[in-house]
Amino acid sequence: MKITYDWLKDHLKISAKEDKLLEKLTDIGLEVESIENLSEGLDLFRVAKIIKTEKHPNADRLKVCDVDLGNNEIKKVVCGAANAREGLLTVYAPPGAIIPKNKTKLVVAKIRDVTSYGMLCSESELNLSDESDGITELSSLKYAKNIGKSYFSKPSSNLIDLSITPNRPDCLGVRGIARDLSAAGFGNLKPEKDKKIKSNRKQTLKVKITKEKNQGCFSFGSCLITNVKNTESPQWLKDKLISIGQKPISAIVDITNYVMIDINRPLHAYDADKIDKGIIVRNSKSGEEFTALDNKNYKLDDEMCVISDNKGVLGLGGIIGGTRSGTELDTINVLLESAYFDPRSIRKTAKKLNIDTDAKFRFERGIDQLSIEDGLNKAAFLIKEICGGEISKIDIQKIESYKNKIIKFEPKTFEKITGFKISNKEMIIILEKLGFKIKKEKKFFKLLVPSWRPDIVQEIDIVEELVRISGYEKIKIENPIKERSKNTLNQTQKLFHFLQRAVASKGYLEAITWSFTDSKYNDHFKETNKEIKIVNPISSELGVLRNSIFSNLVMYMSKNLDRGIKDLSIFEIGPIFYGSKPGEQNTVVCGLSAGKKSRLSWIEQERNIDVFDIKRDVIQTLVEAGYNAEKFYIDDESPNYYHPGKSGRIFLNKGKDNAAAYFGEIHPNIIKTLDIKSESLVGFEIFLDNLKLPKKSLKDQKTKYSVSDFQKSERDFAFIVDKKISVQDIVSVISNIDKNLISNIKVFDVYEGDNIPENQKSVAVSVTIQSLEKTLTDNDLEKTNNLIIETVENKTGAKIRS
Amino acid sequence: MSEIKNIRDQFISKLENDLSIDQINEIKTDLFGKNGLISSKFKTIGSIPETDRKKFASDLNQVKDELQNLITSKINEIEGKKINEKLEKEKVDITLPERPFVRGKVHPVSQTIDEISSIFSEIGFSVEEGPDVENEYNNFTALNTPDNHPARDMHDTFYLDENKEVLLRTHTSPVQIRTMLKDKPPFKIIAPGRTYRSDSDQTHAPMFHQVEGLHIDTNINMGHLKGCLNYFIKEFFEVEKIKMRFRPSHFPFTEPSAEVDIGYEIKDGKIIIGEGDKWLEILGCGMVHPNVLKNVKVDPSKYQGYAFGIGIDRLAMLKYGINDLRAFFDCDYRWLNHFGFDPLDVPSNYRGLSR
Repeated sequence: MKITYDWLKDHLKISAKEDKLLEKLTDIGLEVESIENLSEGLDLFRVAKIIKTEKHPNADRLKVCDVDLGNNEIKKVVCGAANAREGLLTVYAPPGAIIPKNKTKLVVAKIRDVTSYGMLCSESELNLSDESDGITELSSLKYAKNIGKSYFSKPSSNLIDLSITPNRPDCLGVRGIARDLSAAGFGNLKPEKDKKIKSNRKQTLKVKITKEKNQGCFSFGSCLITNVKNTESPQWLKDKLISIGQKPISAIVDITNYVMIDINRPLHAYDADKIDKGIIVRNSKSGEEFTALDNKNYKLDDEMCVISDNKGVLGLGGIIGGTRSGTELDTINVLLESAYFDPRSIRKTAKKLNIDTDAKFRFERGIDQLSIEDGLNKAAFLIKEICGGEISKIDIQKIESYKNKIIKFEPKTFEKITGFKISNKEMIIILEKLGFKIKKEKKFFKLLVPSWRPDIVQEIDIVEELVRISGYEKIKIENPIKERSKNTLNQTQKLFHFLQRAVASKGYLEAITWSFTDSKYNDHFKETNKEIKIVNPISSELGVLRNSIFSNLVMYMSKNLDRGIKDLSIFEIGPIFYGSKPGEQNTVVCGLSAGKKSRLSWIEQERNIDVFDIKRDVIQTLVEAGYNAEKFYIDDESPNYYHPGKSGRIFLNKGKDNAAAYFGEIHPNIIKTLDIKSESLVGFEIFLDNLKLPKKSLKDQKTKYSVSDFQKSERDFAFIVDKKISVQDIVSVISNIDKNLISNIKVFDVYEGDNIPENQKSVAVSVTIQSLEKTLTDNDLEKTNNLIIETVENKTGAKIRS
Repeated sequence: MSEIKNIRDQFISKLENDLSIDQINEIKTDLFGKNGLISSKFKTIGSIPETDRKKFASDLNQVKDELQNLITSKINEIEGKKINEKLEKEKVDITLPERPFVRGKVHPVSQTIDEISSIFSEIGFSVEEGPDVENEYNNFTALNTPDNHPARDMHDTFYLDENKEVLLRTHTSPVQIRTMLKDKPPFKIIAPGRTYRSDSDQTHAPMFHQVEGLHIDTNINMGHLKGCLNYFIKEFFEVEKIKMRFRPSHFPFTEPSAEVDIGYEIKDGKIIIGEGDKWLEILGCGMVHPNVLKNVKVDPSKYQGYAFGIGIDRLAMLKYGINDLRAFFDCDYRWLNHFGFDPLDVPSNYRGLSR
């Protein structure tokens, strides 16, 4: 909502400075969004006289004009306007001036080799009117003495842009704002002094509101003004509209706009002669069409509230009028409409047709139902004053009357909610100034809510009014108590934070990417999940919810590689989605690592990052998070976006639960398709929802401390075994032989090739044998040795290498 | 005696020469070997007259110790020299780079969430969460924002179905609804998380982060709200004093509602929080609307309290001097490295929020 202090003063008796006003507006909830000095720089625009015009040497349609600015100041200006002629008085803008219309700053310019010092302006460029054909023509009678002087007379007051919250339609009118200010002690509200129409003439155009289901119009007031002469608005009215950044059009349109802004009463003016017989306010029928004042053709659905005549739709009630019945400069008879439309109906229709107008903006928030006559009175008199003519009686049709709202308010509720006190007397003053009628009962006030406040329906609304107007600074600070009755984080949340930092500590940069992604990327990683489309995405590249974090991570990894970095690890912890219902999401830690280890190191051998690097990161993270690595079980059934031979799944316990994590090289086909330029790309995913939370807290998790100081013995074994037998199986067989004796099993060599039969491999392990109870004899060791060889051979088909 | 003294003098002068280890070992054998001079003398102790024996033995031991010590120190000296010569040869250029290491970082938004949680933890709030995909009821209707309410326009919503029943939550406020439906009052929670609006320009991202706060009990009023936020802002920005302004506003789910501005100024191109005469809006809050309480079956005549919603990304930008919101989600490794935090920097209330 744009206002000026000057306009406010039409309604408010006040002498305070503008900065005080700005402070007060914000203090009472009418936030000042911006202040703009529209007149800034306007003094540069000067009245000038063209004293000579010559054809431009290099362009047929351009002229070179000598422009007199008084005091012998002559400037050469290149001008393309047809009406630029010797003797014409017009408006000159020097280099440095900013053209109001397009906000461009003028510079000295060479136009086809002729230097032009400034510009002669059209009315449109000066935001004076829509007239863009030719430069401004000033009356030589009025302006002859002003040559060289500023064209714009006095600096207009600042344009104040307020951000009015949707609950306050009353403040979409200057008077409403003035009323709020007066309630807060900022000036006094001037009484309305508008005359009431006293006429004997009948409003002869019949108006009918049809009674039907979901009728969007509750009442329709109208007034016929005959024999007018529509004209340009007088200067005061033009100035008023210009002061808030609007463009004057014609007196009748300007007057309706003025009344709308002044008292928040939208009106519509029809050319009465273009209405066939009478007006019918009714619901539209599907397929009806009309051309609106925005010059667009709209096709209507069922049940949109339309103003129509015998021929069809004239306009959408409360939203936009039609071209067929609009007023023009030659309009003689005007029908003024002042109606009340249901906010829900307005909103529904405007949304469906995607129309946004000042009227719609106001009606959907709720217009004062009792302002119909005020609006007609104000506008009709102005039209008569400016355009002449005769005013008819006001005609009001209604299908529903306004019902008074009464609220019972207990004054003590105020302190209960706000924590501070104001006296009953103070409350009454504020509420009365806001327009409430108050009846004091024993324990409460009976409040009649003003008709312009559709937002006020219950007691809490009254509390808000009172605290808002008395000032939020009066609310006393109650310092919080440092007391905790519940854990801040639950186990899952703790795990989330732990994993986040555990992964970061392994050299990964944490990224946060959108929860949505490009289906082109997502398709590679969604597996059997269904695609979850966003109906109204911001762009097609962000059209689906991600089924995997890889979709985004791979894309951003690729972007970073293109930035020239070669070795990079990134990760994200966040949601992935497997359905479009609330809750059909999982939390995942997803990491991606590209490039080499020890690239260009003087001391270490460089090598590509590989699957065992990423496996270490995952296992270490899980172990750090408190899971027992000895129980982990790994298989190779990973999703298809991983390299089929170099990837796996990790289970916290064999045969139980879902996979806790996947890890591996990203499938070479994906790397190729997405054109990712790296020597190596490996990734992992840890599924938080599949990690069983430890039942015991850390303090209860530690087992009894027992170590052995008896001599330990390390024995090496090399087995030849079928290639398909996993090392995990061999290790598991050995460790299960005797948990009391066998502790540390290390795989120190895996070999295939020369001297090993085809389809077989050699696996060498070192086993630590130690007893908790005694020093083992050679005999004991020999027994264990043999048992290990025997068991491994039996269970895996391996042969010990001799 | 003189014989012993002679041996001593003779060998001490011998040992003063520049000797090799081998030569010293020879001397050692000459003295202490099986038939060494000193060893032989010890063998004669028995034949010394009893009256002189004690003195003889004592003198002999003294000389023995003296010579032995001298030999040992001589050997140490030579060996030490040798080691030093060897070490001299082993010297490396210690300015050569160490073996490579990698350093990960935590995203500033994550760090900020942890900071926020740590601050609210001190005053008894616990953390709740809700899903990113919400139904229309929890996101709007239950929050006193019925269909056709103009306030819905302030939320450019992403929908997942044509009927507009399922959406990406536009704020963290639906967690209020979920929490209150699930448990019984009192409630004292914060809910940080991702939120979504179909808005994208220099200062808006289609995804951003909010933290919701909710405190409902029998006697919680606007003074508590002010106190809580005043405490939070001071702690978060780690300043003694903060210039803060509560300004009336409107949200359908709170009444009375307020927006909170903090004072700031720009000094040498850097934003200084807490002083100055400019205001910066950082959060919205208010007393939970009775209609919302009714919707979650909490009796508004018995219970009341406040709720607030803070933009996390905005807070992070202000605290850590980040200018561009879009960069948060651009995943540029240079940016992540620059603004990210070391994973060991866990905000805590005893070690401080930030280093």
